[in-house]
Amino acid sequence: MAEDWLGVEAAPSGSEAEDEGREDGERRHRQLLEAVSSLSGRRRRKLAERTEASVQVSEFNVSCQGTGEKLVLSELLQPIRPQSALSSVRKELSRVKRKKPVELPLSKEEAERVVREAAYVRTSKDVGKWQEVVLQNRRAEQLVFPLRQEIPTLVPLEHAAAAWKARTPLEQEVFALLHRTRQPITDPLLTPAETASLEAMSLEEARQRRAELQRARALQSYYEAKARREKRIKSKKYHRVLKKSKRRKALKEFELLHKSDPEAALARLEELEQLRMQERMSLKHQNKGKWARSRAIMAKYDLEARKALQEQLARNKELTEKVRVELPVEEPDEAVPEEEPPAARPVAPSTANPWMLGKPSGLAPEPQLQEGLGGVAEPGAPGSKEDVEEDEKEEEVSEEEALLQGFAQRRQARRAGSPEGRGAGETEAASELLGDNPISAKGEASPGPEEPPQAQEEPPQAQEEPLLSEQLGRVRTMEEVEALGSEERAEEQKPSAAGAQQRGQQRREGSARAKRAKKPAKKQLLSLQAVLAGEPREAQCPSLPLVLEEEDGGVDQRGVITEAFAGDDVAADFRREKRKAEQAGKPRAVSLALPGWGEWGGGGLRPSAKRLKRFLLKPPPAPPRRDQHLPHAIISERRNIHAAAHQVSELPFPFEKHQQFEQSIRTPLGPTWNTQRAFQRLTAPRVLTRAGHIIPPLAADDVPAGGPGPGSTAQPQRAAGQRQEQPLGRPRGRRRP
Amino acid sequence: QVKIWNLTTRQCIRTIQAHEGFVRGMCARFCGTSFFTVGDDKTVKQWKMESPEHGEEEEPIHTILGKTVYTGIDHHWKEAVFATCGQQVDIWDEQRTSPMCSLTWGFDSISSVKFNPIETYLLGSCASDRNIVLYDMRKSTPLKKVILNMRTNTLCWNPMEAFVFTAANEDYNLYTFDMRFLESPVTVHMDHVSAVLDVDYSPTGKEFVSASFDKSVRIFPVDKGHSREVYHTKRMQHVITVKWTSDNKYILCGSDEMNIRLWKANASEKLGVLAPREKAAMNYNQKLKEKFQYHPKIRRIAQHRHLPKSIFCQIKEQRIMREARRRKELNRRKHSKPGSVPIVSERKKHVVAVVK
Repeated sequence: MAEDWLGVEAAPSGSEAEDEGREDGERRHRQLLEAVSSLSGRRRRKLAERTEASVQVSEFNVSCQGTGEKLVLSELLQPIRPQSALSSVRKELSRVKRKKPVELPLSKEEAERVVREAAYVRTSKDVGKWQEVVLQNRRAEQLVFPLRQEIPTLVPLEHAAAAWKARTPLEQEVFALLHRTRQPITDPLLTPAETASLEAMSLEEARQRRAELQRARALQSYYEAKARREKRIKSKKYHRVLKKSKRRKALKEFELLHKSDPEAALARLEELEQLRMQERMSLKHQNKGKWARSRAIMAKYDLEARKALQEQLARNKELTEKVRVELPVEEPDEAVPEEEPPAARPVAPSTANPWMLGKPSGLAPEPQLQEGLGGVAEPGAPGSKEDVEEDEKEEEVSEEEALLQGFAQRRQARRAGSPEGRGAGETEAASELLGDNPISAKGEASPGPEEPPQAQEEPPQAQEEPLLSEQLGRVRTMEEVEALGSEERAEEQKPSAAGAQQRGQQRREGSARAKRAKKPAKKQLLSLQAVLAGEPREAQCPSLPLVLEEEDGGVDQRGVITEAFAGDDVAADFRREKRKAEQAGKPRAVSLALPGWGEWGGGGLRPSAKRLKRFLLKPPPAPPRRDQHLPHAIISERRNIHAAAHQVSELPFPFEKHQQFEQSIRTPLGPTWNTQRAFQRLTAPRVLTRAGHIIPPLAADDVPAGGPGPGSTAQPQRAAGQRQEQPLGRPRGRRRP
Repeated sequence: QVKIWNLTTRQCIRTIQAHEGFVRGMCARFCGTSFFTVGDDKTVKQWKMESPEHGEEEEPIHTILGKTVYTGIDHHWKEAVFATCGQQVDIWDEQRTSPMCSLTWGFDSISSVKFNPIETYLLGSCASDRNIVLYDMRKSTPLKKVILNMRTNTLCWNPMEAFVFTAANEDYNLYTFDMRFLESPVTVHMDHVSAVLDVDYSPTGKEFVSASFDKSVRIFPVDKGHSREVYHTKRMQHVITVKWTSDNKYILCGSDEMNIRLWKANASEKLGVLAPREKAAMNYNQKLKEKFQYHPKIRRIAQHRHLPKSIFCQIKEQRIMREARRRKELNRRKHSKPGSVPIVSERKKHVVAVVK
């Protein structure tokens, strides 16, 4: 290439002179061309004049010839114009010169790395906006998933109705009807009539009226509630008292009425009478009910039941009382047989007596009396008398005798020729027995009208003849019931304490003296003019020792216990034990003295007292015992190995002090120690999910705008939880990102 | 072959011969109307979820022929975009047959790729050169790479915490990372005695389930280092995949002996409707257990699990080994210049490097 260049250079230099003329022609030609081009108006693009050597040389415009002018160095150095536009360029050039050279472009790896780093920083910043939400959710006391629960929106009725139009003929018809009656169809909820009425009443009035109505309604509801409550009271006593009070009230009223308006009172009385008759006709208070029977059984053991039974019997009697006016003639009639029995005794008892004599109990005198009575009364009122007699007998009969006696009775019955009431069941008999109790009781309570009771006694009793074998158990109980009941009454009224005592003595005397006791007892009864009243009194006897026994037992209990445990003094034992425990708990002095150490002598030597004293290690006094002021307690502070197996040996992680942990354990969770709400709150599960409900991941539009997160449902609970947690001092372990 | 099952009746509804060779991965579209499969025949296929009508042929909606074998696929959570992995991570638009972009960082086969369910432009993938790479779809660049001691098999993003993901590793452990602080994992979950093959988060984001080569499935709380529950049966072999149902009640696992198993996520939970009193009693019992969990006897009862002998022995062995290693380190520290053998926390031990 260099040679080429030289060649090109050399050629013109060699033939300069020859070319002079040609060059001149050329210039002229160019001038001509220029002129022509200027003529055409459009300036031809000037071909670049090449002045430098180059590989690619155009053959057209190579010229080394200048224009002929001489070049001066100063001209070259100076700008063409003194204040040239190049100054700005120069400035720029200088500025560029001042700048450091541009570094090499980064390698591909590095460039990528930069991009990655930038992207990472940005992304982690983006992701960081979730921090709040995440922390909230982690700390939340309870999270309910799915976090966003859609609340079903309720469309107001008007809107729904507006969209709806009547289409079917039925609907149209209905609408037509509504229109005709001017009922409100859409928004206004009042009919024209209602609005009119509204206008008619002033607001004040309406308010007043409303208040009144409200009050009335409230009162009504109160009363209803009260009545319901009262109705639901199960206490029998309460009802009894209530009934009694009612009765009393009625009586009072009646009296008042009597005073004020005798005629009305009479009418009322009539009414009452009617009621009573109805009651009497009905089978109520017949003592055949379940309750009565159960009471009868219970009466043996239970004072309450006994009382109740008595009451019931009294009521029955009261109700079933016949209100016919007794003829005065009858009384002597009845009285006569009563007085007679001693004479009549040999007649009737002739059958029963042989058995009665063998009886070990002191009940013997009674039946005989009754039988005697019955025997005499036979002609007068055969059926009824006999029944009475039978009943009386039954009460006394013990199980073995019952059968035999039954035969006797039947014989008597046959003799009497009164086969009525054969088919009566044993239950009836029992209830009947119950039935005659009040009679006797009444007889005792009011000795005056003794006759009517007997008369009353008759009708129910006339109905049946008892079947024997199955009765026995009941008879026994009844007997006692009666006895006890009458005893109580006797205590209350104290009609004849002496008599009772006597009877008690009688009982204790036993069977041996039974016969001798018969007569005085009978006489006593007669003298009291209470034929039937006598019987319960007799029956009452077995109860006396019974009560005594009970009392004895009660008193003895203490004595028995003290006697049984006479040997050991528990209190002293305890004291000793405590002293021992105290001794054991005291720290002991340790002697470090070694025998023979530092002394002359062989084995078997005891260290000197001085040495002992010197090497004695006295421990510091133990802290005061916790039970030192509690004489009745020993508190052991030693570690219990068996308990230790169940105890926490080291402080678990989130806790910082053992007190915190203990407190957390001590706080109860159960419904027994907490209110229902607290319990629910305490036991609420940490995470709640529902089966079959898809839990979507957090959505990007849940991003907190510096405010609450998507777990807004959890917020109130969380707040509550934190408040509740703080006292426990239980920091939740959360991981540090 | 792809089989679709009805879980309630436990019957196979449909069988599709999807690919020639293995089906390497599949994922359902977020709307649940179709699903994608990738196979060894270098294709990506999209299928309808409902079975074809009678007489109709079983055909994919779309088929994309790729250049390389795909090993995994995951669908975007909101848009019609999915990502496949193989030699590189490709992001595809459903409508196109060529990837929108291909993301690479180094050359290695990538075993799985997962979209972040919350920040949906984020992707995580794990490659066979022991690293976990995060990508950003918006910039189409990788973000960062963590190299662990051993290969990560799968990773799963927490559906409730955008920046947290868990990686199932070959070294028997799982690592929960915070993507903002990749230098060390937040928690190391260790209980498995063999490589962990799959992991899936519960939709509540509080727990995750892992499937392992040691024939067991374990449930870990996110913030605890040890599992709360282990599931195994005599016949269950190496568990390959595991999924948590999206109502948080069940766990599904597929294992080597070609069975799918359905587990309760909370083993002692009663299924079906509970009376309010029953529910209250349950809650109360749960709280009591929680309250007294530190008491030794109660802990013993609560933590007792029966394990097959093989796992039990392996656990024991692992413990001995760990103890020996610890002792050795202690001894080394004792007998060398102070400070020359630093104490490295368990969390830091497993991370080799973080590459920017």
